[in-house]
Amino acid sequence: MNLSLSAWSILFMAWLTSMVAIIGSLFFSEVMLFPPCVMCWYQRICMYPLGIILLMALFPLDVKVTRYATPLVGIGLFFALYQNLLYYGILPESVQPCSQGVSCTSDYINWFGFITIQLLSLIAFIVIALLLYLFKKKVNA
Amino acid sequence: MKKQTLIYCSLALFAVLYFGGSWLYKNADHSVSQEKNSALVRPYAPTIGKENAKTVIVEFFDPACETCRAFYPFVKNIMKAHPDKIKLVMRHAPFHTDSYYVVQMLEAAKYQDKYFQTLETLYKYQDKWTINHKVTIAPIWGFLHEAGLDIEKLRDDMKRSEVDERIKQDIADTKTLGITKTPEFIVNGKPLKRFGYKELEELIASEL
Repeated sequence: MNLSLSAWSILFMAWLTSMVAIIGSLFFSEVMLFPPCVMCWYQRICMYPLGIILLMALFPLDVKVTRYATPLVGIGLFFALYQNLLYYGILPESVQPCSQGVSCTSDYINWFGFITIQLLSLIAFIVIALLLYLFKKKVNA
Repeated sequence: MKKQTLIYCSLALFAVLYFGGSWLYKNADHSVSQEKNSALVRPYAPTIGKENAKTVIVEFFDPACETCRAFYPFVKNIMKAHPDKIKLVMRHAPFHTDSYYVVQMLEAAKYQDKYFQTLETLYKYQDKWTINHKVTIAPIWGFLHEAGLDIEKLRDDMKRSEVDERIKQDIADTKTLGITKTPEFIVNGKPLKRFGYKELEELIASEL
């Protein structure tokens, strides 16, 4: 029983992480009125369902949740990583015409000189990926 | 704690954080701080309206921005409705690629006292030289004389280093003030809480 509680807690933490990311991103766009760039939308498409399916998997504990959550985390992680590589100039951003959209490499926030929204998203996906990995290990053990 | 209770508490906490945070953020003072005040108005910035009016509207705009064009007559009408009460300060935020060049024309027009005529002519034909947010300079020369400008003089004045310095200062000030979109209206140091015609009208009314 101890085992399942611990697996449950790990999943709970993953859900909490996704909720922080969801609430945070909504706060940035709806309250602080930062227009989300297209990359942010791709990451939201992956993050928002996680807030729901991870919660569903908590009651009752559904150990198969990783099967459904992993693709979302993977795709989200891919976009988050890609955007951060663009942001840090490791990948070159192609020249774009000036459009009404928002550049995905602009800074809305820059806390302590390095924490950007792009980085927060990447951290959230990494944390959820790690927690799901731990969860899977726990369940299989 | 029971698992269910834990979840409900977390959900409630998230709701409180979000809505409480929104409330706090919306009610926080977003006025331009004292140390950033100098970035708001520069002595060289063109103005219309009464010189020492109580209500000062600072508008950061891009001549290639369609919304700026749409707001221009709107603001003018508000000023007409309250003569001698409002001063409008024009600041440049050339965010579109090649807008810089158009702003150079505007700055150069000041040497002929034709700033606002030039701006209005640029706005009038905006759809001819800005298509899908892409600025093309060539068509502008075809109608710019309508502003009553001496085009040869304008071309010379555009090369003045003063023009360049002023535009660079404008751009630096948008960074200082955190302006990322145009038009941005700041009325007596207070930015719009939410963008819109009605919101701007209300903000101006509250500062009259």
